[in-house]
Amino acid sequence: MKPVKPIRIAVASGKGGTGKTTIATSLALSLADHTSVNFLDCDVEAPNAHLLLKPQFNAHQQAVTRIPEVLPDKCNLCGKCVEVCQFHALAKIGQKILVFPQLCHGCGSCTWNCPQEAIREKENPIGELQAGSAQSGAIRFAQGLLTIAEPMPTPIIRQLKKWQVLQDDAVTILDSPPGASCSVVETLRGSDFAILVTEPTPFGLHDLKQIVGILHDLKIPAGVVINRDGIGEPIIEEYLLQKNIPILMRIPFSSIYAAGIAAGKTLVEIEPDLKKNFLKLYDHIKQASGGEKSA
Amino acid sequence: MNILITVQNPEIKSNVDPKFGRTPWFLKVNTDTKEWEAVANSAVHHSGGAGVAAAQFAIDQKVQAVISGDFGPNASSALRNASIKMIRFSPDVLTGEDALNKFLEGALEEFA
Repeated sequence: MKPVKPIRIAVASGKGGTGKTTIATSLALSLADHTSVNFLDCDVEAPNAHLLLKPQFNAHQQAVTRIPEVLPDKCNLCGKCVEVCQFHALAKIGQKILVFPQLCHGCGSCTWNCPQEAIREKENPIGELQAGSAQSGAIRFAQGLLTIAEPMPTPIIRQLKKWQVLQDDAVTILDSPPGASCSVVETLRGSDFAILVTEPTPFGLHDLKQIVGILHDLKIPAGVVINRDGIGEPIIEEYLLQKNIPILMRIPFSSIYAAGIAAGKTLVEIEPDLKKNFLKLYDHIKQASGGEKSA
Repeated sequence: MNILITVQNPEIKSNVDPKFGRTPWFLKVNTDTKEWEAVANSAVHHSGGAGVAAAQFAIDQKVQAVISGDFGPNASSALRNASIKMIRFSPDVLTGEDALNKFLEGALEEFA
């Protein structure tokens, strides 16, 4: 028998505050009763899933980008590095090349193109990866934390996804940042399925459309969870029908849920019966993503 | 000497533009002859690093001062390293011509 490759599920939304972490953490807890789970909080600018899953962190690693360092004795100031840098992270000023670390994307073009081999790459710390276990070891929890005032979340997310501390044979849940920018694309890339959490408001719909467009380009199947269901008009349903995207679950607009979450509880702690719904949702995902694929 | 002024349109009588890195046009002015030419800012639509690109333009043009509304941290670091003076518009400067005249009178403050 071939080894089974467990699926990777990303939870995204477009709009912020729709309930990504609410859904991701309760899905993780529901699955943890039956299988091992990796939980990655990829919202590295404001990770908050740890508040709900309460992991004990025991592993830490610095997150870095690789930025150029110009060796003055080898550099002949030809300016090729400045010319090839798409991000304007280098400037030729008088008799030296100036590097702007916060503009550098670490692409390596300057190093590659330098005719004098006068550029060496050095590590530039931008944040930290943290890992630990939650739910008595059933959940391997990891998150990235971007240092305040550092502008680039994407490299941390990339390192987080590749981190060795994750379990090979576990279902992986990736809690995405909000929005539809590079950091969201980096989170989604390589996922087998995306759960899109939205709310029945014009803002929820507008931002949902953006993320659906991204997933179309990435060729990742998706389904929608409608949170705060019951408010507004059925605009989400109309759109999903048109796009042929399934509704996986509806979470009613409820003051009991709101109060529980505000007190630091997950949905399945507030209402344990919901675990059944999350397991059904997982079964749907397994089918929609082609089942537990052979590696 | 040569200076750059950030303006909204390629005219000496154009309104000034307050953004250094993202100004649509630079006026390159010879302060001795008052001759000027307008140069489009190629960095205006870059997603990032416009300040450094604009500073590199100023350096390559060998100007001695740039006059604008404000300078971001990357642009000001590059310009300072190149010993190019950064000068800010005063509230009564409306056009490129105003900026030039006020600068020649010494009425504009240097950006620190």
